[in-house]
Amino acid sequence: MDRIPILKMGPYLLVTIQVDLYDRLALTLENDLINMVSKTGARGVLIDISAVSIVDSFMGRILGNIASMSRIMDAETVVVGMQPAVAITLVELGLTLQGVYTALDVEKGMELLQTKIGIIEDPEDEDEEVPDDDTV
Amino acid sequence: MILSKDTMQIVHEQNVVPFRNRVKELATKIGMSLVNQTKLITAASELVRNMLKYANGGKILLEIISNNGRTGVRLTFMDEGPGIADVQQAMRDGFSTGKSLGLGLPGAKRLVNEFDIKSKPGEGTTVTITHWKNGR
Amino acid sequence: MNNTAQLLQNNKKRILEIWMQNQLDDEALRDDLISNEELRRQSEELLSSLASATASGNVENIYAPEYEPVTEILTDISITRARQGFSPRETGMYVLSLKQAISQVMENKLSDKPEQLYKELNTMHRLLDNLSMVTFDTFIKGREEVILRQNDEISEISTPVIRVWEGILALPIIGTLDSARTQIVMENLLQEIVNTGSSIAILDISGVPAVDSLVAQHLIKTVSATRLMGAECIISGIRAEIAQTIVHLGIDLSNIKTKASLASALQVAFAMRGVEVRKSNKNTGLNLLR
Repeated sequence: MDRIPILKMGPYLLVTIQVDLYDRLALTLENDLINMVSKTGARGVLIDISAVSIVDSFMGRILGNIASMSRIMDAETVVVGMQPAVAITLVELGLTLQGVYTALDVEKGMELLQTKIGIIEDPEDEDEEVPDDDTV
Repeated sequence: MILSKDTMQIVHEQNVVPFRNRVKELATKIGMSLVNQTKLITAASELVRNMLKYANGGKILLEIISNNGRTGVRLTFMDEGPGIADVQQAMRDGFSTGKSLGLGLPGAKRLVNEFDIKSKPGEGTTVTITHWKNGR
Repeated sequence: MNNTAQLLQNNKKRILEIWMQNQLDDEALRDDLISNEELRRQSEELLSSLASATASGNVENIYAPEYEPVTEILTDISITRARQGFSPRETGMYVLSLKQAISQVMENKLSDKPEQLYKELNTMHRLLDNLSMVTFDTFIKGREEVILRQNDEISEISTPVIRVWEGILALPIIGTLDSARTQIVMENLLQEIVNTGSSIAILDISGVPAVDSLVAQHLIKTVSATRLMGAECIISGIRAEIAQTIVHLGIDLSNIKTKASLASALQVAFAMRGVEVRKSNKNTGLNLLR
């Protein structure tokens, strides 16, 4: 069966989604990722969706689930590289991915993770990126 | 006026990705912009998912239509599932009988130019969506 | 071959001379828009095709296939002229001055047969009047195309995305924000965020005349889409009356960073990027330090 590879980079896990996900593949990814977080004690999860052309409510829910589940296990999730067309569509659909951090690319996502999990202390943490006040 | 016509059977979730690709082909053929393509395909994805989940699949009619000099893609989703007892309720944001976000039907409606739903309990549901080339 | 056709065929040169003279004498001649050689070439082409069309015996129905070359040339000329900025009068004069030229030649040739002259003139006038209708129709069509294109251009240029600093974009919105416009704003903004890798966008609404709940919804959508991409969005240029309507309408903007002026939004953006702005000692202007 198809699987999305998960790379471990120091305290982070990196997933690059290159194909259009069908449901079972997405569910497998959710499962694999959470297992990896628990096994490796990763502090951050980076999901690169720059090659994904469609995110529907199911995909959105999977991303939200991954973020919530990782947070319970003390890992932050950042979704990076969302296409403009995908962002516009998600907003129209009514899905704003509450509780999921976002960044423009992997590099910026990595920086964001570093400030979020406190490897580098950032006094202006509050002003960074997505507001975290309504997270789960 | 109908410029092209095609049908697809949806029986399991592996059909979803080929179906989305087929919709993309049609949208590209009439020169739809990327954002509008993404909206149409996302709406189609929501509806085909509903069809699989509640009616174990069904039939989809894919058409390119032309009306008053406008071209667009029209998709008709037909299933013989349990039907929807209260269509108005199903069209409300956040309502779901399954364990989803309840964005499927109302979200799909927001994403496309024209949306029509007919349903009878016990007989099935037919949803028709139309999206014009320029999204208006 | 009927008389009109014969007359046209035999006196083509003479008619063209007079016609050209008429056109060149006309005060409205736009030699700034079209050269004399070009005008002569156009005119000769039209006259030849008209002569061969009338040779078929049909001097009534300009929609018959034999007139296709004639109407085609005319359509072409009118559309080009509409685009080049000729006035309707200048374009209309083109065919009407041909009418004058032919009348003049006919008068000369048939001065001794007034009855035939009257008949010939009548037929010829009807034919050319019909042709000048075609000119007007297509001229207006050409103008409409220009208007449509301008419409597109206006919505394009009225939503510029400006890179004010490394990683900071500003987007001044001028005019009413409807859903079609919001789409363009969103698409331009998000694309520019990708292109420049900017993480902050400032949406300045100083130029938006009024904010109702619909406009507010469009703003909120734009902010949400920007955040999904991984960038932060600040809305600036909120005037007093806009703040009042927003509160009176019960619109919740508490999740969105808002600032009264573009300047203060820029300050926030600088702070977020860790950029400092301060006066230099030499007082030679602003000195920006990272």
